Amino acid sequence: MNSYLKYFLKKFGWYLLTLVVAITLNFFLPRMIKGNPVSVIVSAMSQGMSDVNAQKKLYESYMHQFGLDKPLFQQYLIYFQNILHGDFGVSFGNYPRRVSNILASAIPWTLGLQIPAILIGWLLGNLLGAFTAYKKGVFDKIIFPAALFVNSMPFFALSIIMLYVFGLHLKWFPIGGGYGYQMIPNLSLSFIGSVLQHHFLPFISIVLVAIGGQAIGMRSMSIYELNSDYVLYAKLMGIRDSRVVRYVFRNAVLPQVTGLALSIGTMISGALITEIVFNYPGIGTWLFTAIRTLDFPLISGCTLMITLAVLAANFTIEIIYGLIDPRVKATQMEGQ
Amino acid sequence: MIGTLRILIRSPKFIIGLAILAVVLGTVFVYPMVNTADPVEMVASGFDPPSAQYILGADNFGRDTFLELMYGTRTSLYVGLIAGVFATVVGLVLGLAAGYIGGLADNVITLITNMFIVIPSFVILILVSVSINSRSSTVTALIIGLTSWPWTARAVRAQTTSLRNRDHVNIAKISGYSTTKIILFEILPYIASYVVMAFILQIASGILSEAAISMLGLGPYNTVSLGIMMNWALMFEAPAAGAWWAFVPTSLMIAAISFSLFMMNTGMDEIFNPKIRN
Repeated sequence: MNSYLKYFLKKFGWYLLTLVVAITLNFFLPRMIKGNPVSVIVSAMSQGMSDVNAQKKLYESYMHQFGLDKPLFQQYLIYFQNILHGDFGVSFGNYPRRVSNILASAIPWTLGLQIPAILIGWLLGNLLGAFTAYKKGVFDKIIFPAALFVNSMPFFALSIIMLYVFGLHLKWFPIGGGYGYQMIPNLSLSFIGSVLQHHFLPFISIVLVAIGGQAIGMRSMSIYELNSDYVLYAKLMGIRDSRVVRYVFRNAVLPQVTGLALSIGTMISGALITEIVFNYPGIGTWLFTAIRTLDFPLISGCTLMITLAVLAANFTIEIIYGLIDPRVKATQMEGQ
Repeated sequence: MIGTLRILIRSPKFIIGLAILAVVLGTVFVYPMVNTADPVEMVASGFDPPSAQYILGADNFGRDTFLELMYGTRTSLYVGLIAGVFATVVGLVLGLAAGYIGGLADNVITLITNMFIVIPSFVILILVSVSINSRSSTVTALIIGLTSWPWTARAVRAQTTSLRNRDHVNIAKISGYSTTKIILFEILPYIASYVVMAFILQIASGILSEAAISMLGLGPYNTVSLGIMMNWALMFEAPAAGAWWAFVPTSLMIAAISFSLFMMNTGMDEIFNPKIRN
């Protein structure tokens, strides 16, 4: 069998198993501690609603979804089955909207915000990190603490300051939402313009923090490489500096690919809270609303989506890593 | 030990980090002794601007923001410290067990550790917090610690595995040392510097996690923390009210504490790994 395919299948199997564990935790964690989340939900439900008919309907759909009369393990199987069908139940806070419907409307916003922001932040951070390591001296003494300071700030703290300065004080950018609130989503230029305008502030807050974090990692990786024997040898051979830097960058950026995989969970979580600050119509803002209204099906749907996204991102990075790292390729060859 | 400290003092990064942390600690513990007012007492009207009496003005409830910031920082530091201790102890025990025992125990622990590294801790933090109704700051700290041990466990395991077959450990085994004694005297001293560094990072990430989870409204009850102050500032629309004093100092405080801890960590890293010195 093709060695890369073997690597791929092995990783795929492992991630699938991890996903099953994550789904299991998503089901059992809230239940194990409280015993029965249903009592809370039912009481919250009857508080908020005056329409008896709607109440009964909701209760029935809930009973149907979780099969409350059945033993816990059977409930778990039903839960699992529902998830496989993309059924996350009905939202309490937005009755009778289905959770899957809410998630489907929110996911494009979150992906559109986070994927470009994290990738650009990663790329710029690596270039900056390599550059500081190479330049050394005063440049390093200024950039390193600055990057570290930005990285020490939670995404949302930077966001709220950006919102205040550029949104409210200077009024350069709109202060919240995904597009102008008087607009109806369509493909016109003015709508796309509005989307981009609303996109900018949350985007730049995520990029800045990501640059900080990645630059620090890349800086120390590059210093490690710059101190290694092959660099000294290349210099003694009289190889041009620009070429040596290219070798160093290629070697130092590989661990940074793994670094991205390891930090992606934290980055995604942080970026989700940024959405709350800007009231951006993505998963983060919905999660916040769901927590405030104790909308359990929506909370569970959101956390599951976040887990899925983080696992998918990690899996993708590992698959790419297997392609670009010659050492991983070599071990695959040995396995044959 | 004293030798290590003497080297650390020569690292400017470590000293800068330590100095910032000392200033923060000094301020948050001494100021409340000077100004013994109740931090949650409403002394002014909502979002009063900074004045001579209240240097950071008032928050949405009309409380003295500066005094509140002092108590909030104390809570956040406490949560970070407890979370850091818990995560480090769990990580250390599991890492040592996996690395030293090896075999099946190693496989099982490594599998679990690797899984919890990719399952986002943020999600577990939400799922557990949302189901506990009355969370004290200690409970919040323990939940955070519960989600952040895998990093320490993985690194400790890797180092223990490589140490297990070194000559000095083998000699100790042949000499009839007990397992406890081997771990305490032949393995721990070699990974101590790493564990201390990881502990410092765990405190920083504990403080950041507390801020994130409180921002979502799942923080500790009946207390003021940096994350809770940020949550209030957002919920009561401090930016729209122009009340920068309700969130800028809090943001800078979170950043200053984690910055000082990261700085200390980098300083130590450069001492223990000479290869990454510039």
